[in-house]
Amino acid sequence: MNSTIGRLILSAGVAAGLSLAAGTAMARDLTVVGWGGAAQAEQNKAMFQPYVKDTGNPLVQDSWNGGIGVLRTKAQGDSTWDVVQVEADELVLGCEEGLYARLDWAKLGNKDQYLPGMADECGVGTFVWSTALAYDKSKLGEDGPKSWADFFDTKKFPGKRSLRRGPRQSLEFALMADGVAPGDIYKLLATKEGVDRAFKKLDTIKKDIVWWEAGSQPVQLLQSGEVVMTSVYNGRVFAANNTEKTNFALAWPAGFIYQVDSWVILANSPNKDQAEGFLKFIQTPARQQDVANVLAYGPTLKDSTGQIAPNVLPYLPTAPGVIEHGVSFDTSFWVDNIEALNERFNAWAVN
Amino acid sequence: MRASLRRAERARTLRGLGLALPLILFTFVFFLLPIAGMLVKSVQNGPMPDILPQTSALLQPWRATEPRTLPDEAVFAAFAEELRTAARNRTLPELASRLNFENAGYRSLLMATARRLPETPAGSWRDTLVGLNPQWGEVAIWAALGRASPRLTEGYLLAALDHRRDDNDNVQPIDPSRAVYVAALTRTLEISAIVTFLCLVLAYPLAYRLATLPESTANLLMILVLLPFWTSLLVRTASWLVILQREGPLNEALQWLGVIGQPLDLVFNRPGVLIAMTHVLLPFMVLPIYSVMKGIPPNYMRAATSLGAPFFTAFRRVYLPLSLPGVTAGCLLVFILSIGYYITPLLIGGPNDQMVSALIAFLTLQTLNWGLAAALGAVLLVITVALYLVYTRVVGTDGMKLG
Repeated sequence: MNSTIGRLILSAGVAAGLSLAAGTAMARDLTVVGWGGAAQAEQNKAMFQPYVKDTGNPLVQDSWNGGIGVLRTKAQGDSTWDVVQVEADELVLGCEEGLYARLDWAKLGNKDQYLPGMADECGVGTFVWSTALAYDKSKLGEDGPKSWADFFDTKKFPGKRSLRRGPRQSLEFALMADGVAPGDIYKLLATKEGVDRAFKKLDTIKKDIVWWEAGSQPVQLLQSGEVVMTSVYNGRVFAANNTEKTNFALAWPAGFIYQVDSWVILANSPNKDQAEGFLKFIQTPARQQDVANVLAYGPTLKDSTGQIAPNVLPYLPTAPGVIEHGVSFDTSFWVDNIEALNERFNAWAVN
Repeated sequence: MRASLRRAERARTLRGLGLALPLILFTFVFFLLPIAGMLVKSVQNGPMPDILPQTSALLQPWRATEPRTLPDEAVFAAFAEELRTAARNRTLPELASRLNFENAGYRSLLMATARRLPETPAGSWRDTLVGLNPQWGEVAIWAALGRASPRLTEGYLLAALDHRRDDNDNVQPIDPSRAVYVAALTRTLEISAIVTFLCLVLAYPLAYRLATLPESTANLLMILVLLPFWTSLLVRTASWLVILQREGPLNEALQWLGVIGQPLDLVFNRPGVLIAMTHVLLPFMVLPIYSVMKGIPPNYMRAATSLGAPFFTAFRRVYLPLSLPGVTAGCLLVFILSIGYYITPLLIGGPNDQMVSALIAFLTLQTLNWGLAAALGAVLLVITVALYLVYTRVVGTDGMKLG
């Protein structure tokens, strides 16, 4: 009995010693962290595997679910991650807090190749996703909504419509419907009058709104005929039309809000050079197109839409002639104002 | 003799305690500790006294001044010094998020100020800071900093009751356009009470029937009661969404039968929430009532009727009082469970049907305002315990039987 325990302790000690030695002696392989699921599988095929094959450098993958707290922990102490895919708010917060390495754009290629706002001091935009206005073409035909004003017009389009629960995007769309120019939306929302105006506009269709929570809901609501139109993530419409054979259409010219997912390099990464080489390698029009063709996320490089499959193009927020209608989601504004506007929204919703 | 008896007695107590020990430990670690942690969180003020210790100390006497004017140069100087240290130690983001709960926009004000802060002041620190951002010349900004400076705060509890301290630290009701939580609390209690009532009305006759049927039939029917119980809550909620929607089977059947001309709105509103929650919680009412009714000998009713009482009198005077312990237990169980519900109202309800738990989940996961989330939890806990005490005072714990 005693000897068994003794042996156990001994072997545990040896194992711990070995791993400690391994940790200090060997340089860590480049570790790339994505969001898992179908997206990362596609990135692996179109981006990571070609990198390993062409450069011969090993690459380790991990996945995560977002959250600035995770990055704060990872950027302190022992480094385990190098390149991480982050959403817009994590990019802003982490960059401000110094969690990411400042990028050396001389090594990454030309900043001008990117669409405006998709390459900054901390992050390289990798794809664009958006929240846009969608309707069922098999029901409304060619007479579908053309603008957010149509979305708010229950005489022209009777029936329920749905928006994502919460002030985010709802307020922006309300102002668009009220005739505010896309460039002025966040300037206006920063004032009390602007917020009042947005809520007043929402008041006009308050009884006709079904609020959605999860990304899969709006598609389901459209499909069941519960709503005539909805705000929706563009990728969901592409997926539904492909797999469910629905005939949903996106009203891009009405205006939409887009967000960029970016690659960052953690500040404590020992593999910074290698990470920059990796980013330069994967961020090419061809590789972005491969990902876009499967997921309908928009490429961030300017000349990346040439080879997009024709059946994917109508769903891409960054397609030529489409991106001009988009408004970039103002992360800093929302990080500052989310609590106050949430309370306002919740109080508004029940009264 | 007596000593050995006592020893044996003690050994038995110890053995009993040993058997219960895992459960006691489990309850302590996974139930009592988290609740205590939550209660502490609801009054803990956050990191400011650690990150800006000198500023926090200096702001205390300032808070007592009346009427409030801008703090003097010493406060500005200490603040500037500590702000630089905090930015260097990377503790500033934590503080900035905490202060953003007080005033929207505080986060970027603080981060931007720290980024542009010079090594030495141009003139006084006060002029320097106001020069960087005129907001530093406003009393409100300093009052918010003052509220964050003590170790303990009642701010979260006040906020959970739709009150706040204004710039002079007087307790004020919050602006009606932002008042959310009291309404959510009353709504939660209201929905829970209605669901409990609906469950009781449905469960009592059912349990009665089950208890009086022959064993084999009763068991079969019991499986029907338990079957949904074994299905995941999310699956049941989602199924209700499908059944109740405008073009769902229920509306189509009713229209086909000619009962209604237009489809009824049954989802994203209160009726939908009540229907789904009642269905989900029904077994919790049926089971205690049934188990109590099983223990009532059928002879009692027979005796009462043979003595000349009509069925309803016999039922009212004999059966009903005997079955009450099950009813009270079932009601308490269903009510307490429904108070904590949030997935069902979230998916099936409209904006006017959200319960407090949904707000707590939102604050915990989305805005990371754990203090306010804990305060709401504490208020909910106090209400539940108070109701339980009133209930046991009225009914008595003897009058309750859980199974």
